[in-house]
Amino acid sequence: MSDYNPVILEGQKTDDDEILAAHSTLDTKALGGDSSVIIMELLQRFKVRDVMHRQVISIPRKATLREAQKILRDNRISGLPVSENGRLYGIVSVNDIIKGLDGGWMDETCEAHMAKNLVVLEAGMPISFALRYFNNYTYGRFPVLDSNRQLVGIVSQRDVMRALLYELSVEIRKLERKASPQAAQAAEQVAKDNFFRKEWAVVHNDLSRAGHAANAIKGILRERKIDRSIIRRVAVAAYELEINICIHSLGGVLVLIIADDAVRITAKDRGPGIADIEWACRDGTSTANDWIRSMGFGAGMGLSNSKRVSDHFHIESEVGRFTIVECIFDLPKAAPEAGTPQPAEEAK
Amino acid sequence: MTANEIARRVSGKLEVGTGEETASTVYVGDLLSDVMGHAGEECVLVTIQNHLNAIAVCTLVGCQVVVLCHNRPVPPDMAQGAKDEEVSIIVSPLSQFEVAMALKDLAPSRK
Repeated sequence: MSDYNPVILEGQKTDDDEILAAHSTLDTKALGGDSSVIIMELLQRFKVRDVMHRQVISIPRKATLREAQKILRDNRISGLPVSENGRLYGIVSVNDIIKGLDGGWMDETCEAHMAKNLVVLEAGMPISFALRYFNNYTYGRFPVLDSNRQLVGIVSQRDVMRALLYELSVEIRKLERKASPQAAQAAEQVAKDNFFRKEWAVVHNDLSRAGHAANAIKGILRERKIDRSIIRRVAVAAYELEINICIHSLGGVLVLIIADDAVRITAKDRGPGIADIEWACRDGTSTANDWIRSMGFGAGMGLSNSKRVSDHFHIESEVGRFTIVECIFDLPKAAPEAGTPQPAEEAK
Repeated sequence: MTANEIARRVSGKLEVGTGEETASTVYVGDLLSDVMGHAGEECVLVTIQNHLNAIAVCTLVGCQVVVLCHNRPVPPDMAQGAKDEEVSIIVSPLSQFEVAMALKDLAPSRK
């Protein structure tokens, strides 16, 4: 719900919008000027419907501003389309709520105080239109209507930029490969050496396979001759997080990243999330069922064990959606090669 | 202490391993997260957890010998896992407390 992007109305520009608007100006100039055929083709090929958010929270015309305020607050959004049966009538923004509070008309209808003069995008429009709209109107977001004038989504500048950047990176990689397969291969090899990444899927309730990822991670770290005590700590965290995904979530992935200075284990899952992270990180607290406990898990030590063995620990969760846990292990700096002058020696 | 000697002391049977595996400390625990959090290397793990995950935890903490209490059977996947990871499994009729008493001259396992 929280990633729903509200509509920002006229006269309601934020700093964020101005920054985005500035980017949008730069980008459209660049794209319209010396940009390559590929970029222009992307701007035409991509439609608004490809990047918009389809889940739009809305409110009926007769609802009060107070009801609108509650929806805005509960969903942490700043603009609410007023629509019925898919037809868009207006938008109530945080600004309208502030005016209502100030003027004492919070129990009046949204219809009486919503913005009615709206700028909208059509789902079938190419992205180039959206960029132009963002540039011309400097709004952060636009409602999207289909060809029957029904409200079908909402799109922000960020949605457009994210989608474009992703597609551009794919196209650029293709071009690089085409231009010089050997150079691309070499670049990939360098990337592989300096930045190793691998991920494993973890299946809900499949305890028989739990530990496969942790074991594989241990093997990879051994091959790379990483210090034994670090391997042990990484393996404990990986195993705990793998078990956690397995028993508490609907499934997820365990990701290993090895850089020059650190090893990072990230566990991402879909599922119930964690309502009270501080509580969940305490020893002995668990929501595991009896079956899990009979297998020796669910002692409520998974997160606290992972935290204890890590040098840096981060956790993020949203109830009913996901949990992401990240454990980072610092690697000691490689010893300088013989003959390499040290800074102190250079100073002498 | 070798696995053979441990098996003798706990009136147990060596089900998996060569008997030459060694341990110098003891950790008693059925909660595998607790074992992972607290057991040190080269310990003998005294537990009732007769499944593959116990072996996975042994390899994580660096334990080479497991004593299964109350004559708990060793399932085939656990036996195979132990073989692959070179962990020995001893099955004993004794309880965790009795096994711990039988091995009391080994040091407590600490990290």
